[in-house]
Amino acid sequence: MIVPLLDIKLGLLLTDALIFLLLIFTVAFAIYVSRTPHLRSQWAHVLHNRAGMISMVVLSFYLVMGLLDSIHFYPKVESGEGKVVYSVQLDSVLDKILAPIRIAVEKTYSAPFATNLYAKETVTVDGVETRIYPRLKHGGSHLDDPENEKSADILSHTLQGAFKGTLVWLLLAVLLVIILAYRNKVSLSQIISSLMRGKSVTPWRSALFTLALVVLLIGVCAELSVYYHVFGTDKVGEDVLYQSLKSIRTGLVIGTLTTLVMLPFAILLGIMAGYFRGWIDDLIQYLYTTLNSIPSVLLIAASILMLQVYMTNNADQFNNLTQRADLRLLFLCLILGVTSWTGLCRLLRGETFKLREADYIQAATAFGVGHFTIILRHILPNVMHIVLITVVLDFSGLVLAEAVLSYIEIGVDPTTNSWGNMINSARLEMAREPIVWWSLAAAFLFMFVLVLFANLFSDAVRDAFDPRLQGSQ
Amino acid sequence: MIAYIIRRVLYAIPILVGVNVITFILFFVVNSPDDMARLYLGDKRVSQEQVDSWKSERGYDKPLLYNETAKGLDRFTDTIFFTKSVGLFVFNFGPSDYGRDIGYEIQQRMWPSLAIAVPVLILGLMINITFALTIAFFRGTYLDFWAVVLCVALMSISSLFFIIGGQYLVGKLLHLVPISGYYYGFEAAKFLILPVIVGVIGGIGSGTRWYRTLFLEEIGKDYVRTARAKGLSETTLLFRHVLQNALIPILTGVVVVLPLLFLGSLITESFFGIPGLGSYTIEAIGNQDFAVVRAMVFLGAFLYVIGLILTDISYTIVDPRVRLN
Repeated sequence: MIVPLLDIKLGLLLTDALIFLLLIFTVAFAIYVSRTPHLRSQWAHVLHNRAGMISMVVLSFYLVMGLLDSIHFYPKVESGEGKVVYSVQLDSVLDKILAPIRIAVEKTYSAPFATNLYAKETVTVDGVETRIYPRLKHGGSHLDDPENEKSADILSHTLQGAFKGTLVWLLLAVLLVIILAYRNKVSLSQIISSLMRGKSVTPWRSALFTLALVVLLIGVCAELSVYYHVFGTDKVGEDVLYQSLKSIRTGLVIGTLTTLVMLPFAILLGIMAGYFRGWIDDLIQYLYTTLNSIPSVLLIAASILMLQVYMTNNADQFNNLTQRADLRLLFLCLILGVTSWTGLCRLLRGETFKLREADYIQAATAFGVGHFTIILRHILPNVMHIVLITVVLDFSGLVLAEAVLSYIEIGVDPTTNSWGNMINSARLEMAREPIVWWSLAAAFLFMFVLVLFANLFSDAVRDAFDPRLQGSQ
Repeated sequence: MIAYIIRRVLYAIPILVGVNVITFILFFVVNSPDDMARLYLGDKRVSQEQVDSWKSERGYDKPLLYNETAKGLDRFTDTIFFTKSVGLFVFNFGPSDYGRDIGYEIQQRMWPSLAIAVPVLILGLMINITFALTIAFFRGTYLDFWAVVLCVALMSISSLFFIIGGQYLVGKLLHLVPISGYYYGFEAAKFLILPVIVGVIGGIGSGTRWYRTLFLEEIGKDYVRTARAKGLSETTLLFRHVLQNALIPILTGVVVVLPLLFLGSLITESFFGIPGLGSYTIEAIGNQDFAVVRAMVFLGAFLYVIGLILTDISYTIVDPRVRLN
């Protein structure tokens, strides 16, 4: 599809399509929740939880990055002789936004905020060969005398970035206050004073505080990364911050699509086993015990090995590197889904087992309601909280698993940007002197923040939805 | 009791058959042995003779399920399925694709794996229970809150971080122990300390939090309130009653993983260069040694099923309320 005004041709990867499908599902579910009173009150619990609110703000940053990185297109290249030619390389909107740091490629490693290369090079000055650390092409190249000017320059850019970030934050805060005042039909000053005192039921003050931190960090990073490599550069001189941001999509895809893939099986089989019992139950139990008994790492390894065999022998089907890497990512999600649906299936079976004996289902059966209708109308809504809790709980584990799998080289394609691949390629440089630590640090930091807030969010969801916990509150 | 155990063992057989069928399909049906040979020989322009000789050296030149050329029972036994998959049931793993006996390798490499996994399990259990009990004692205070936050933060750190960080800090900066390697006998200790510490620290977050939940659940029960009403001190209560009862789910949770300890930890072993079964598996994956991966899949499934049976038995031993049927 060609977008006329922007001079680009849209491209859709398989995982993009699934991400947008998931997005549509989520939006539809959100609309459904907002119109169903009891679900609404449960989700309000999540919003009223301070940790839940804070983690939602942080997670939304990751989400926006991931979504921006999922809109792909082929940019227009030289249109000689009136012919429009599109590049064969797929770019994303995020690539476009990060273009300044994407093209700022150095020769090899350079430390964060460095102005000189990590490695010495032989240069000829006035006919004499000397070994020096050459200046970087982009990092700090605007400085004449880096040693004296650098700290002052960094400070001034930090302040500029912080100032811009504050402006954006103020804008967002004012917007929020206006919306809140309009919705609650009170005056602006009342809303502001309740926000300042932290008296609102929804912890807006904490949310705004977190938002301020996030926006400030983004502002400072964005301002600095125009002039410096904030997280340094890697072996081939690529900016590490760019890599870390690009890796967000991979992490989110693994964490979410895996669940999307496994959900239909787990829900269908779990409910069927609990509802119909007898031989169906035996069969499904046999199925998941068997799959569960294979150590998941080995099952993943075996499947990825087989995929490699298939791809090597049918190399002609996978011409495009991007598509090939994308297919592998999707396949990894599929396999991870196969290994992780058994837990949810077992939980659903047990819950359906109990629900089946409930009076209202007995009554429905007595009235002659069909099995399908009973499952859809009475059982499914009553086990949804289990599904939700499992989905949110699994997310962080899957993000962490990606790094480990990439280390054994059965994870995502080596050409895909992912934290696992970053760690894997950086760990070999630990032996260098001085140590090359920034790639590792960036990957671990981005992963840690995502997983930490996903964990906090899942706790908030579990507190709100787990009926067993409700008595203790 | 014996009848119950026999029934459970019999129930395990179809599961192992299922695992075997899955691996067979994955390794031989999805991709033919020809495909594997080509990947192995590594060149697109491999001649058919090379492929055939590779296959016949490793016994992959037989038909998959049914051999028409053979006579009598051989029609079923002289096939890939019979020679490669059925042998697993009697632990006849056969040679690896590189020609070494897998069974012998497993026997050799089992011990280094256990030397890491057992201390990690025992130390981890002791530390986690101690922490969890302490947190449960201070439940509802700031200590409780921050301890849980710390646990969540620890859970959010990738295990790779602990390994790389540990190697850098203890091995490279402080020069206390070797970064990686192994030596048999008592010399092994200095190679084992770091992986064990890393393993224990990596498990503290999730372990402590999980045990804390178990303890708190137990503390909320009626008998605890009764005991408190009768005037028992908080420490007696925690150590005599709560700990004993909460140990039931903890121990049965441990029993499940006991057999799997043999398999070792993939990541830890390969990072620290320990010649255990975990690094064996990683090497096999890296070398694309299908025979070894197949054998490890079966072994893992077998150990898991044993773990399930042991769990059921241990339930009946520690909890008299559970009846066998």
